[in-house]
Amino acid sequence: MAVIRDVMPSFDLLQPNSADEARNILAQRGSDAWVLAGGLDSFDWLKDRIKRPKVVVDLSGVDELRGIRVKSDGVEIGAMTTLTEVAQNPVIRENYGVLADAASMVASPQIRNQGTIGGNLSQDTRCWYYRAGWPCYRAGGNICYADTPEGRNREHAILGADRCVAVNPSDTAPAFIVLDAKFVIRSRKDERVIDAEDYFIGPDVDITRLHVLQPGELFTAVRIPFTWASSRFYFEKIRDRNVWDFPLLNVASAMFVSNGRIDRVRIAVNAAAARPLRLKSVERAVRGMPPDAATGEMAGKRAVQGAVPLQFNAYKIPLMRNLVKRAIGGVEEAKWA
Amino acid sequence: MLLNLTINGEQRSDNVDPRMLLVHYIRDIANLTGTHVGCETSICGACTVLINGSAVKSCTILAVQADGTKITTIEGMAEGDRLHPLQEGFWEEHGLQCGYCTPGMIMTAADLLARNSNPTEAEIREALEGNLCRCTGYQHIVKAIQFAAAKMRTSKAA
Ligand SMILES: Cc1cc2nc3c(=O)[nH]c(=O)nc-3n(C[C@H](O)[C@H](O)[C@H](O)COP(=O)(O)OP(=O)(O)OC[C@H]3O[C@@H](n4cnc5c(N)ncnc54)[C@H](O)[C@@H]3O)c2cc1C
Ligand code: FES
Ligand code: FES
Repeated sequence: MAVIRDVMPSFDLLQPNSADEARNILAQRGSDAWVLAGGLDSFDWLKDRIKRPKVVVDLSGVDELRGIRVKSDGVEIGAMTTLTEVAQNPVIRENYGVLADAASMVASPQIRNQGTIGGNLSQDTRCWYYRAGWPCYRAGGNICYADTPEGRNREHAILGADRCVAVNPSDTAPAFIVLDAKFVIRSRKDERVIDAEDYFIGPDVDITRLHVLQPGELFTAVRIPFTWASSRFYFEKIRDRNVWDFPLLNVASAMFVSNGRIDRVRIAVNAAAARPLRLKSVERAVRGMPPDAATGEMAGKRAVQGAVPLQFNAYKIPLMRNLVKRAIGGVEEAKWA
Repeated sequence: MLLNLTINGEQRSDNVDPRMLLVHYIRDIANLTGTHVGCETSICGACTVLINGSAVKSCTILAVQADGTKITTIEGMAEGDRLHPLQEGFWEEHGLQCGYCTPGMIMTAADLLARNSNPTEAEIREALEGNLCRCTGYQHIVKAIQFAAAKMRTSKAA
C-alpha cells in the first residue's frame, strides 16, 4: 500500500563541506536560500509551509563550524556546536558558567543534542500569530494581532515594542551579551565581527527580522574574550514548565566585586523585548555599591522604568524587577514567621 | 539522493527524496515501525532514536542528514529473544500502558545509561524531560530505568 503523507514542499538541498563553499552558495542564492542548522526552528517553518525556500543549505557537513577552541585571548565556539556540547564543555563551565547554565536550560535534552549555538542566537520569534502565518506587521502585513483587544499576549513584550510586540526567545543570547562575546559573520565580500549586543535588533530597525544577519550571510563562530571569565555570574530563567518552555523572562549577569563593592558589572534580560536588552542604566547605577538587597531593590526598579504592559503580561514587570534584584543583590533566604 | 547508513547493525543504501524526514525513512523505507511519530514538532520525543549514540528526535532531521551514521532504533535493542535490560525493566516495573511513548523513552534512557551507569532519580527525570507519556505516569518509567541500570551494572560486574 502506498503511503500517503503530507510532506514538506520540495526544495533543492545543498550540502556544502566547507565554510567557503557554504558562503559561496549563500552569496549566489541570496534570499532564495534557507540555512539549515539544527532544524529546531527551521523545520517548523518548512513543515507548516509558511516559509517556502527554493534552496535549503544544510550546514551539518561543515566540520570546521563545529567545536570549542581555546585561543590566547579567549574561547571560540563554532556556530554549529550543539547546545549540549556548550553546556558540558569543561572550559566553558569553568570560565563562563553563566553560558553553561543558560545552554543547559534550553528546551529538552534531545533538542540540546540537535540545536546549535548559531541557530539558538538566530532563531525567530515564537509569537504564535506570526508563526501560524497570520499576515502581521512582521510578516509584511499591517496589524499586530497580539496587540489587539482580543490578542493573546501573555508571552509578549513589555519594552521596546514598535508596532510588533513579539519577543526574542533565546536563552543563550543574554549570557553572550554579558560575556561581551563577538559574533563572526561571513559574506561574499568580507568577514565582520559584531558585538553580541549589536547582533540583535528591534522592530524600529527592521520589523521582519530579530538580528542583522542578511540573506546570503553565514554565521561562523562566537568569540568570547577572557574579560569576564570566572566573575560572579547569575542566570535565571522563568518558564511555565521545567522543560520545553521558552523563557517568559530570563536574566544573565556578570560582576566583579572588590572590597565589598561592585567594581564592574554587565546585566541583560531576554523575552522582555524583540531583542535581548543589556541594562546599561542599571550597570551604571550599581557600580560602586555593595551587592546587597538594597542595591538589588534599586536596580530592579530602575530596570523596569518605561515598561508598558499589554493586557495579559503585566506580571512581567514585577517579574523582571525581581530577577534583576536577585541578579544584583543575591537571592534571599525565605523567612518564616 | 543516495543515502548510506547503518541501522541496528545492518548497512543500507537507499535513494530518498531530500525532504524526507528521518523518522519517515525509518518507518516507511526501512520498515522499522517501532519508532513512533507523536507530534512531528520536536516536542513529544516518541520519535527518539540514537544517531551515533546520541538521542535525537528523528522528526526533526532529514534522512539524508544521517548519511554515514549509525542509527539505533528500538528494534536494535533486544538480542534475538533476549530482551535488553531496559525492555525487561519496562516489563517488570509496568513502565507502559498503551506503549506509544515507550520506544522513545527507552532510546532516551539508553543514551543516559551509556553516559551514566548509576544515575540518581533526579538525573533520570532530567534525562526524560524531552519525552512525554500521556497514560502510564512517569513513576513506573523511572523505576523501569532504575531496574535496567541495576541489572546492567551487575551483569557488567559479573
Ligand atoms: C519544543 C522546542 C522548545 C524550545 N525551547 C527553547 C528554549 O527554552 N530556549 C531557547 O533558547 N530555545 C528553545 N528552542 C529553540 C532551539 O533550542 C534551537 O536552538 C533554535 O530553534 C534554533 O537552533 P537550530 O540549530 O535548530 O537552528 P535552525 O532551526 O536550523 O536555524 C534557526 C535560524 O537560524 C538560521 N541559522 C542557523 N545557523 C546559521 C548559521 N550558521 N548562519 C546563518 N544562519 C543560520 C537559520 O536559517 C534559521 O533561520 C526550542 C525549540 C523547540 C522546537
Ligand atoms: S514526533 Fe518527534 S518529537 Fe514528537
Ligand atoms: S504508555 Fe501510553 S503514552 Fe506512555
